[in-house]
Amino acid sequence: MAPHKIVLRFTPTTSDQPIIYHLVKDYDLVVNIVKAKINPHLEGTMVLDLVGERYEEGIAYLRSQGITVHPLTQEVVRNHDRCTNCGACTGHCPAAALYMERPSMEVQFNGDRCVLCLQCVKVCPVRAMEVRI
Amino acid sequence: MGVERTYAEINARIKAGKAVVLTAEEVIDKVREQGLAKTAAEVDVVTTGTFGPMCSSGAFLNFGHSSPRMRMTKVWLNNVPAYTGIAAVDAYIGATEIAEDDPTNSNFPGEFRYGGGHVIEDLVAGKNIKLKALSYGTDCYPRKEIETTISLQDINEAILFNPRNAYQNYNCAVNLSDKTIYTYMGTLKPRLGNANYSTSGQLSPLMKDPNFATIGVGTRIFLGGGIGYVVWNGTQHFPGWLKDEKGNIVGSAGGTLSVLGDLKQMKPQWLRGARFLGYGATLNVGLGIPIPILNEEILRFAALSDEELHAPVVDYSESYPNRIGGNLGLVSYAQLKSGKITVQGKEVPTAPLSSYPKAREIAAILKDWIQKGDFLLGEPSQLLPGPNAGLTGKTLEIR
Repeated sequence: MAPHKIVLRFTPTTSDQPIIYHLVKDYDLVVNIVKAKINPHLEGTMVLDLVGERYEEGIAYLRSQGITVHPLTQEVVRNHDRCTNCGACTGHCPAAALYMERPSMEVQFNGDRCVLCLQCVKVCPVRAMEVRI
Repeated sequence: MGVERTYAEINARIKAGKAVVLTAEEVIDKVREQGLAKTAAEVDVVTTGTFGPMCSSGAFLNFGHSSPRMRMTKVWLNNVPAYTGIAAVDAYIGATEIAEDDPTNSNFPGEFRYGGGHVIEDLVAGKNIKLKALSYGTDCYPRKEIETTISLQDINEAILFNPRNAYQNYNCAVNLSDKTIYTYMGTLKPRLGNANYSTSGQLSPLMKDPNFATIGVGTRIFLGGGIGYVVWNGTQHFPGWLKDEKGNIVGSAGGTLSVLGDLKQMKPQWLRGARFLGYGATLNVGLGIPIPILNEEILRFAALSDEELHAPVVDYSESYPNRIGGNLGLVSYAQLKSGKITVQGKEVPTAPLSSYPKAREIAAILKDWIQKGDFLLGEPSQLLPGPNAGLTGKTLEIR
């Protein structure tokens, strides 16, 4: 079963709760925290790889706690209008989420592989990668 | 005696809708299939293309006169300064100029979010641009300041003039040092972490006419989505041959072009503002050149493939900035496009900075224009210096 890569957003009232503990203990899910941060207003963002039989139940639990859940691919977007297919990003993407298709030499983006290092945002000459996390 | 053609004959065939036009990719396959002589007898024109960062780009703009009139002494477009040491309401906006309040590299590596290249892209996209100008005031031009908006449609002339474009060949850039460096060849990771290159190889215009046998003053080209012209050689025009250790020719060196065209004909997908982290702002330019197959020799070069064209691998941490010269070896464009090369025994991932898909699209558009009879070849009134001219770069000595 392939892991689901999802983005969670916590409000100040949920960001101090042991949410991950419940995902593991109550729903038997395997959790890999890819990225986690909390801002001065106590709003939190977390990116997870999540896998397990009771995935849907786990997601329902998160939502019941007031946490918003989105697939990562909705949050990391390649702007096709701006992208020139140059490929400068592909030398920097450590997860090969951005890669060159050969022989066409067109850039492809597989959001499921993204580890949110944001290197592409920094190196893209035309700023075609948009990340809302 | 092989085939010989004139520009007039090719143009007559274009007008009659009978010209045989192939892109530089297509002609490679054709020559492999049926040989040089037969292909030269069949093909009239080979089209090329490139799309990549070309810092030496910019536009002359004439804004028209306000009331009262003004001699614009300082001009900003969306807060990016333009050069005004010309006539009253003309300015030149250069692609690498950055917004007045840009922090540059004070917070290293700087982002350079908006520069002259972005102003040009926004103009071509039809957006409104904020024009601010100051003057010292004269009897004939009394106005001293102005703030208004302009768009490409409501100014007089907008002439793209790029003094150094279409580099014939370029370095493949690597970093031998222990820290990440930020260059005009992109971000280079330490200890040969990556290698960046920037030409379209077998589609690249000047690699396909390395002798400058057909390209000269008056050559009509695809420029930024419109029709433009080669107006002179570019600055730093040092055409020559790239040779391997045994002295065999394995590619061309560093010819460049000065090109000009009407910005009002152009399209933002072919003129795209860009920037390099820690380095600065620039403009991606789409440029395509038709190569008339006047004889078999011209076709022989126009049909060179990625396997036969090479680039030097250059260290940008030490050799390049200190002008030490030399290189770490030559690699073919086929190797560069494969995604990895070997440098000093280490496998290094490669990435392009110029867009091969866009180069291919340009060559196809140019082919289409010619086949439809919309685009005739411009016969050069003067060819540009080729490799035999022996041009080499002068260095700047500090006295």
